[in-house]
Amino acid sequence: MSESVTSPVLDVRGLCVEFPGRHGTVAALSDVSLSIRPGEILGVVGESGAGKSMTGLAVQGLLEPPGRISGGEVWLSGRRIDQLSDKDMQSVRGRQIGAIFQDPLTSLNPLFTVGAQLVETIRLHLKLSKQGAKDRAIHLLKEVGIPAPEARFDHYPHQFSGGMRQRVVIALALAAEPKLIIADEPTTALDVSIQAQITSLLRRLCDDHGTSVMLVTHDMGVIAETADRVAVMYAGRLVEIGPVEEVLRNARHPYTRGLMGSIPALGRRVERLNQIDGSMPRLNAIPRGCAFNPRCPEAGRRCREDRPEPTPVGHGVSACWLNAGGVL
Amino acid sequence: MSDALTVNDLTCNFDVSAPWLNRVLERKPRQFVRAVDDISFTVPMGGCLSLVGESGCGKSTVARLVTGLYRASEGEVRFAPGRSGEPLSAQMIFQDPFASLNPRWRVKNIIAEPLRELKLRNSDAEVMERVGELLRIVGLAPSDGSKFPHEFSGGQRQRISIARALAGEPEFLVCDEPTSALDVSVQAQILNLMRKLQDEMGLTYLFISHDMSVVRHMSDRIAVMYLGRIVEEADTETLFANPRHPYTRLLLETIPDIAEPKRQRSITASEVPSPLNPPSGCTFHPRCPLADARCKSERPAMRSFADGSRAACHRVEEAVAAMTKSTQAA
Repeated sequence: MSESVTSPVLDVRGLCVEFPGRHGTVAALSDVSLSIRPGEILGVVGESGAGKSMTGLAVQGLLEPPGRISGGEVWLSGRRIDQLSDKDMQSVRGRQIGAIFQDPLTSLNPLFTVGAQLVETIRLHLKLSKQGAKDRAIHLLKEVGIPAPEARFDHYPHQFSGGMRQRVVIALALAAEPKLIIADEPTTALDVSIQAQITSLLRRLCDDHGTSVMLVTHDMGVIAETADRVAVMYAGRLVEIGPVEEVLRNARHPYTRGLMGSIPALGRRVERLNQIDGSMPRLNAIPRGCAFNPRCPEAGRRCREDRPEPTPVGHGVSACWLNAGGVL
Repeated sequence: MSDALTVNDLTCNFDVSAPWLNRVLERKPRQFVRAVDDISFTVPMGGCLSLVGESGCGKSTVARLVTGLYRASEGEVRFAPGRSGEPLSAQMIFQDPFASLNPRWRVKNIIAEPLRELKLRNSDAEVMERVGELLRIVGLAPSDGSKFPHEFSGGQRQRISIARALAGEPEFLVCDEPTSALDVSVQAQILNLMRKLQDEMGLTYLFISHDMSVVRHMSDRIAVMYLGRIVEEADTETLFANPRHPYTRLLLETIPDIAEPKRQRSITASEVPSPLNPPSGCTFHPRCPLADARCKSERPAMRSFADGSRAACHRVEEAVAAMTKSTQAA
């Protein structure tokens, strides 16, 4: 029992994903290791193309061929899932891992009522009668804050607003009480006032059910508001993981510091925002050594030659030679 | 400082009726949406006014009315005379850098189009020279001109959009969510570039965004829109320090602040009502924590305050009236 309290729900060890192509193989993820404890929200941030969504998809076994996991292991509650057959993986998805995607309109079927979609998902994973499934569906709709759930049960997705639709998607993800929810940009398509409602809903559900969440987003504000720990990704690699306060206020990696500096602050006004010059390298042209070295203001000789390994610093982990304390 | 742009009582209605046959068969009346409802504002020369609000509040419609892409139903849009004596010339930067550049044109032709169309240069050699200069101004290389838009990243495409807008030698730029499709680090590059251009060329901006932190960084003055109306307008610092309208407070309350992780916020559960059938009186009353019977029936008028801000709210007005009464009594 004591082990189940401390052991992580999701444990990703040295995950590598590659896409073989005509012009050689591209490494989309390279040596990504992270874990999520029960009831914890782990935020995964980075610029577009950094590999945040790819990590989520690889964990769910949803990589588009020819993309494949070329190394590393994925453990869910003590069970290795990256080698499961498609059929076994299908029963893991939905039952043990729930998914929330960015656009609530495309993740619901427009031709079925939300009630029918909920009942279908519930009965696929749980042994319930039709009436039992319907009761559970209404309970779920109520739990995610949809007013008049009995009446809304028979409505079609187009009859809901964006925020309400995303609530339905969250209800679907929760349908089989999964241990882990992977939420990929769940608030990006929504207005700020609605976004706040959705993030606080996620936070509450996480606390009530002990569900763990992997929250993939590019929005630092959402992370600050919701996550317990943050993983920062750059060019398919993990550059830093740590508690949210530490990463936001006292980042260990120069990339994270640059990213934080480029966000216009609410509290004070500056003449010029800090900017990281240049752009993220394409995945087929990642520089030698540290992937960030051409844009890093603090890069030295060592950064251009050897790739830094993630090393523990403070309460987190950072992959930068500066933290190793060695000569650059 | 004189005003570069004056907008008076601007209204824009869109016809959203069902097709004629459906209307006849189903006995439905014509239906209109009032996307912009009687708004007035001014933008000072060389300044930056931002319009903020949630999606569907009419901010982009205002941008399109100002640039003449839509025709106003009522009201007027007036540009002050610019350096040449003619009314200021305006250009627009659009939100989506993937949709606003023609994928089949080379970048140099995209940027040269306004130069050729407005006959700003005499020979083709001069046009190309200017294109190279514009590319350098926005931080790209003149040799990038012979590439196609798909060869650039989102941030670089937005730089091309800016170069194209600058090609027409505008003195007024309307920027409709120029950075909302970009990553934060790229957003910082574009915002810095826009500030630099404003300082160097004396541009005036009408800036449209839903992101309060971006707006705060860019603007001198902010107008908050809700369901087609301006509910509050104030100088940037005043608005953030002393928001008057309950909607402005709601907006400021809901922005996540990275300086304060895990902040607990009070969340109102309601959503924006449909603009097809807006609530009576003050359109914000169903979501407003302070609403009373008067708010449901009577539309509040815009009221100016001593610090130069304006707000349209009965309760704010009442509070101010009560305060002046008590100070008079004292």
